[in-house]
Amino acid sequence: MTSMTDPPKQTLRLGMLIHDTRYRSLTIQIVVLAVFMLLAAWLISNTIQNLAALGKPISFDFLSSAAQYDINQTLIAYDNQDSHLRAAIVGLLNTLLVAVLGCALATLVGVLVGVLRLSKNWLIARIMAAYVEIFRNVPVLLWVVFAMAILIETLPMPRDFRGEDATASMLLGDSIAITNRGVYVPEPLFARSLGDFPVFGAFGISLDFLAILAVLVGGFATSAAIRRRAERIQNATGTRPTTWHLRLAVIVLSPVALLAALGFHLGYPELRGFNFQGGIHLRNSLLALWLALSFYTAAFIAEIVRAGILAIPKSQTEAATALGLRPHRTMRLVILPQALRVIIPPLISQYLNLTKNSSLAIAVGYMDITGTLGGITLNQTGRELECVLLLMLVYLIISLIISAVMNWYNSRVKLVER
Amino acid sequence: MRKSVFLGALAVAGLAAGGAAAGTLDDVKARGKVNCGTNTGLVGFAAPDANGEWQGFDVAVCRAVAAAVLGDHMAVEFVPTTGRTRFTALASGEIDILSRNTTWTYTRDVDLRFTFIGVNYYDGQGFMVPKSLGVTSAKELDGATVCIQTGTTTELNLADFFRTNNISYEPVPIETNAEGQQQYLAGACDAYTTDVSGLAATRATFEDPTAHVILPEIVSKEPLGPLVRHGDDEWADVVRWTLFALIAAEEYGVTSANIDELAATPTSNPEINRLLGTEGDLGPMLGLPVDWAVKAIKAGGNYGELFEKYIGQNTPIGLARGLNAQWTEGGLLYAPPFR
Repeated sequence: MTSMTDPPKQTLRLGMLIHDTRYRSLTIQIVVLAVFMLLAAWLISNTIQNLAALGKPISFDFLSSAAQYDINQTLIAYDNQDSHLRAAIVGLLNTLLVAVLGCALATLVGVLVGVLRLSKNWLIARIMAAYVEIFRNVPVLLWVVFAMAILIETLPMPRDFRGEDATASMLLGDSIAITNRGVYVPEPLFARSLGDFPVFGAFGISLDFLAILAVLVGGFATSAAIRRRAERIQNATGTRPTTWHLRLAVIVLSPVALLAALGFHLGYPELRGFNFQGGIHLRNSLLALWLALSFYTAAFIAEIVRAGILAIPKSQTEAATALGLRPHRTMRLVILPQALRVIIPPLISQYLNLTKNSSLAIAVGYMDITGTLGGITLNQTGRELECVLLLMLVYLIISLIISAVMNWYNSRVKLVER
Repeated sequence: MRKSVFLGALAVAGLAAGGAAAGTLDDVKARGKVNCGTNTGLVGFAAPDANGEWQGFDVAVCRAVAAAVLGDHMAVEFVPTTGRTRFTALASGEIDILSRNTTWTYTRDVDLRFTFIGVNYYDGQGFMVPKSLGVTSAKELDGATVCIQTGTTTELNLADFFRTNNISYEPVPIETNAEGQQQYLAGACDAYTTDVSGLAATRATFEDPTAHVILPEIVSKEPLGPLVRHGDDEWADVVRWTLFALIAAEEYGVTSANIDELAATPTSNPEINRLLGTEGDLGPMLGLPVDWAVKAIKAGGNYGELFEKYIGQNTPIGLARGLNAQWTEGGLLYAPPFR
């Protein structure tokens, strides 16, 4: 048997922090961290001192004073006597609106283009390739301005719709007006409305909307239950009962019944005075920003989708074909579910990019949070630092939420390893 | 070694940051150039000409200051600013003077910590509409779409005007005058609102200026003037008295044509003598040469000459003197005595 002896105890000397490889990296890290913190502290104290010297100490009191400016697109009630904080929230909702619409359209177009770019049809594949290259190689700001210029310069003015010799006319039986101030579409109205549900006493959510949402969700849930039951019966007896009429009924009939009960009707836009009144006004600024951001981001998403599909070995397609699956079912059932695992992570960063790019809204006068809090409020109150800090915080939080949701989705679709 | 260089750089940066507030006048002299914030382009007030040289009524103030301080009216670096960026540019020290048709208001003076050094144009906010619209009064604009530059007092006045008259409107926020012009001409907005001088200047660049009218309502007071950072009184004095020198020169009949003659030998008018430095030492009191005012006036002429040259009735902009006449002629221009 060999006897173990302890190595001679070595006391820590100062020089060892540099010369001993066991401690060196730790020493360097501590020094760098200290320098970094010193630098940060210097920057912060310098800022605070300079602001104090200017007589403008950091204060967020301005948020509660009256904003005094108007905003054209407001998703919640707002007028110019409301506070700067509420103006910021109006802007935030506008940012979220264009981000959500943008992500949805970008995904739709991106997936379509990505799949079509792999088409065996030479013309379609080339057209999609040209689309991707054109859109992703021109700065998004130019696309936003370009889209706005086209909408403003080519579409008719509201007054062109007026009179005997009108040069423009409304579409679909006088229900949609496309003008250079935006698109007016019919709005849903309820004769027997349920009213609004107040949230924190600050703004209301339409109860009609909530009821319709609840009935729709309930309808889909019931439909899924019917499908599961059919599968159980099929597994037990081998024959699958016909369910499509039942499922269609719960999805379609129950909302229709609810709409009838609420007295649903459409409010059509109508030319009165200078502008169309009534209906939903989709402003040019929203359309331009939405379309430009969507088609720009869609070009990147298309490439991500293409890469995801190409990452699946060809043998998978061959195996699916050997099993007798038709091409579109091969794509839907075999390729895409596997490709999603490759697609989701880069897709997250595209969603984040789109959301952050929405701050280019000011180029077309879309009143997002950069336009309200970071634009007019900043300018009228002169609180540059406070406004910009708040803005950064808001974008950070939005981005982290998007990331968290997408990561959760990613963990659901990713390859389960055993 | 490298670390000490880094720390040294930090220390220098700290000192520089601490000393930045010292004296704009000294900074300008050391730099040999005045940094002047202007409009991004408003014909008559501030716009580059065919040779790329900035010209205009607001630009002339900066040129006069450069001439008074540095003896060279071309020693100006122009920084185009938008309604949104102008105050940040001035507060951060990027520019020494903001001469960009900016309205003197209480909050800007007191809360934003700036010093307005005077008024170079008394203005008011108005509305411009196409003649074909058939509108004769701003009160008929109920439900109209109005183009407006963001970050301006006009934005707040507009909200006030429509609120007090209990009529509605749809604001279309725009960033620069050029964008507003594009949207207005394309008919994306019914009316364009800004200071009347700005409307006149914008209309002058239209293909057919006669097809557009400026409505009679003036909905606000807009005293436009140059401003500097709060707390640097020496620099504020230099800019303030340069502007007064231009105004006083018109009052006393000192023009760019006769100034050489008047400055050569003392005249019978002691006020002119003190202004032009042939009597007393007003210049050195400001930390400037004796002939500072002579150079400032020679840069482009006196106030009246500048007005006629850039925005007067013989220019496409065609503004009348109105409130901007000398006090002796029923206007509001009144330079304190030079003594």
